Amino acid sequence: MTEAGRELPRLEARAKVTGRAEYTHNLRLPGMLYGKVFRSTVPHGRLRRIDTAAARALDGVHRVITGEDIRRLIPEPYYGPAFHDQPILALDKVRHVGEPVAVALAADPHVAERAVQLIAAEYEELPAVYDEVAAMRPDIVVHDMLKPAGTFADLKHLKGRTGTNVALDYHLRRGDPDEAFKSAAHVFEHTFKTQQCLHVPFEPFVAMAEPADNALVIHTSNQTPSFVRTEIARLLGWPENRVRVKVPYLGGGFGAKVYVKLEALVAALALIVRRPVKVALTMEEQFYVITKHPTTFRIKSGVDTDGRIVARACEVFWNGGAYADIGPRVTQKSGFTSPGPYDIDNVRIDSYELYTNRTPAGALRGFGIPQLVWAYESHTDLIARELDVDPVAFRRRNILRDGRPQASGTAMKDAAVAEVLETLAARMGWNDNQPFDHGGGAIRRGRGIAIGFKASISPTTSVAIVNVSADGSAVLYTSTVDMGQGSDTAYAQIVAEVLAVKTEAVRIVHPDTDVTPYDMGTLGSRSLFHMGNAVRLAAEDALAKLRALAAEAGLPEGTNYPPAEIFKKRFGMQAGNVIGAASFMPTYKSPDPQTGLSDNVTPFWMIGGAGAEVAVDTETGAVRVEKLVNAADCGRPINPAVARTQLSGAATMQLGFTLSEVMLLDGGQVTNASLADYKIPGIRDIPPMQSELVAAEQHSGPFGAKGLGESGTFGVSPAIANAIHDAVGVRITELPITAEAVFRALRQQAGRPLEDA
Amino acid sequence: MMTTARTIAFTLNGQQVSTMIEPHRNLVELLQRFDLFGSRESCGQGLCGCCTVLVDDVAVSGCLYFAVWVDGKSVTTVEHLDADGTLSPVQQAFIEAGAFQCGYCTPGFILMSHQLLKEHPNPSDDDIRHYLSGNLCRCGAYPEIIEAVKLAAKR
Repeated sequence: MTEAGRELPRLEARAKVTGRAEYTHNLRLPGMLYGKVFRSTVPHGRLRRIDTAAARALDGVHRVITGEDIRRLIPEPYYGPAFHDQPILALDKVRHVGEPVAVALAADPHVAERAVQLIAAEYEELPAVYDEVAAMRPDIVVHDMLKPAGTFADLKHLKGRTGTNVALDYHLRRGDPDEAFKSAAHVFEHTFKTQQCLHVPFEPFVAMAEPADNALVIHTSNQTPSFVRTEIARLLGWPENRVRVKVPYLGGGFGAKVYVKLEALVAALALIVRRPVKVALTMEEQFYVITKHPTTFRIKSGVDTDGRIVARACEVFWNGGAYADIGPRVTQKSGFTSPGPYDIDNVRIDSYELYTNRTPAGALRGFGIPQLVWAYESHTDLIARELDVDPVAFRRRNILRDGRPQASGTAMKDAAVAEVLETLAARMGWNDNQPFDHGGGAIRRGRGIAIGFKASISPTTSVAIVNVSADGSAVLYTSTVDMGQGSDTAYAQIVAEVLAVKTEAVRIVHPDTDVTPYDMGTLGSRSLFHMGNAVRLAAEDALAKLRALAAEAGLPEGTNYPPAEIFKKRFGMQAGNVIGAASFMPTYKSPDPQTGLSDNVTPFWMIGGAGAEVAVDTETGAVRVEKLVNAADCGRPINPAVARTQLSGAATMQLGFTLSEVMLLDGGQVTNASLADYKIPGIRDIPPMQSELVAAEQHSGPFGAKGLGESGTFGVSPAIANAIHDAVGVRITELPITAEAVFRALRQQAGRPLEDA
Repeated sequence: MMTTARTIAFTLNGQQVSTMIEPHRNLVELLQRFDLFGSRESCGQGLCGCCTVLVDDVAVSGCLYFAVWVDGKSVTTVEHLDADGTLSPVQQAFIEAGAFQCGYCTPGFILMSHQLLKEHPNPSDDDIRHYLSGNLCRCGAYPEIIEAVKLAAKR
């Protein structure tokens, strides 16, 4: 192989360093209006009245639109990938602070913003629920009735259910956990919590809709253009071919920009006013769109006298906020991995997605996995400590080896759990017989390790088209979105490898649903595997057609004529083209509704882990990460240099979620909706880092590769908590691990607890 | 509500220009009128550095810098760094080190690195972290960014 596996810079590198790369943010159209959003100030309430008179009277305001205006255009203006529960603008009720209620339109965004300040709304306030465990009780109900979308067959039974906040419950039973707990030598039980945090892509949500002749064009910073087209067509009652969705580069996505976010709103606004409408959110507004699930995870393990885990029970509560978004998928898809990468015969999993009166939660780099790994790897470490077994040795004894069935019943194939664990151990010096320096005085040091795994999303479809021109150059058409992960470059490398040309000779056409074929979405680290396979097959189809063309032209079989010569010979001049097309959809078996089991839940497994060394200042609780080692199995990387930056970048993001990032809520109000008060990692926060891809191969992947976008997030949080425990003997069970949290734990340990703030 | 526009004249990427602009508009908006989109308003508070612009060779946050303040001054944006058709050493080093992913914050880091290398041709790690502490990268390309600055300094 020469092109697959080659380390070359991203194809768009020059455009990015010169500031000329195309983002939706840049787009302007003649006659366009800017929309600014008026948002709910109450967490839960009935909408009594909206007064837009003063806003409408403001000089330069084109129009003010409310939910009722939208209902006149779209009779059922509710959207969502799993539930049709989210109104384009609030109708009847508001369910979280910051929910869009009205939009002011003006040619000048400053005028629209001023107009928003002149809108007033009256609400009949209702009691609100914020906590995922409290939401299990039906005392306060966020939605009067559940409205599953019908997209997923296994949600249909929830249709019309009333008096509950449980949007989805997933249950798995394997073996006989009750009996196994009874006979286990040791039983351990802990509860862990994670916080609400969010993606904050630096290109905040932005979308523009443009009415066209009998059609609508949507330009958007979105990871799922094909889904947007289907969903907007459904809302409008139009055939899909009248909706055109175009996506250039994204200034970050991380799972925020999946499914419909601003697209239904701009579509409705543009159709109402018959002009192009752009809505570009501010950084502050991003706090009211989509977040990462806060969770409560109760985990219990039975361990036998040999140190083998014989039973595990997992009860996970996912705080989905006011609208389901893709949360129900998180609850199930991540739910079945909640016992961790361990070989356990008796497992019970109960996973619940809850509605609450918070900003909705959805997918964020790991799709729930980082929350689960946080709990099961903290728990696993506590067990090892309690049993006085080395934490790496304890894992070695219990990890899922290749070929063994995971809790769901699906075998671990091409899953380098052991290799990731051993790589971390080696890089951390765990196998050296040197005692670790725990420091002295006020500064104590410790080290910790954690591993995690994730299933991919199935059954989902990707379609690719490869067009070979008469000079032999190739263009690839896909609806995969390059949001920084490097998919454009990886796909070009795959096409080049198949066609035996240089990667630089392949051009990528960005998503444009009038031109590029279907892709389920750029999410869940699926692009390199799912679309990568489709791209490979499409290129192979093109190659087969080139060979057929050569035969037609009378060229002897088995000789390697350059494509340009084949075209010239066949058509007498530089003319014609060859179009290769393919779709790829992995096989899948739905979990059994009774047991939650399936022997084919995922087409591949992602494996990732981290090792951390920390220094804890016992006088302040401040934690300094002195070393962070990341390791992952991505099969055989298509572009190892880009792959390594995915690994370290994901770890850096998770470092923020571990040590500082938390959305603070007071009476339902977000009190830190800005980068001034919501602290993401900066250049001074980055510890010395090593990121290593273990030698592996995904046999079903394109040239042995699979996705990596999320794997770097898995182990970071528990590795750091485990290291803190090693350093100072306290266990932090809730994220983020702030200096205050550590200091409180130290005082608690010393028998001098601090009063609550 | 809006106040009267004023005429300002300034040097933009080496060319003398003038335009009418209202006093409440910021430098990012001004640059967009000249079809320059490399300076991007993101956090809107001068914290992320995505909107970095050089005014009289000093890096400023375009989102907090009123457009009218550039009257009589010289403004350089990322789009000017390859004006002669060749990438600057910093741009070239960012490509070679793979110092970006989504690319949205990249122009800000590159302009700030230019200022750093002008003032400290051989920066220490601490100099690099100090100068770039006002630029954030959500993709987390910091290790590669530090490598890129060191690479550029060698040239």
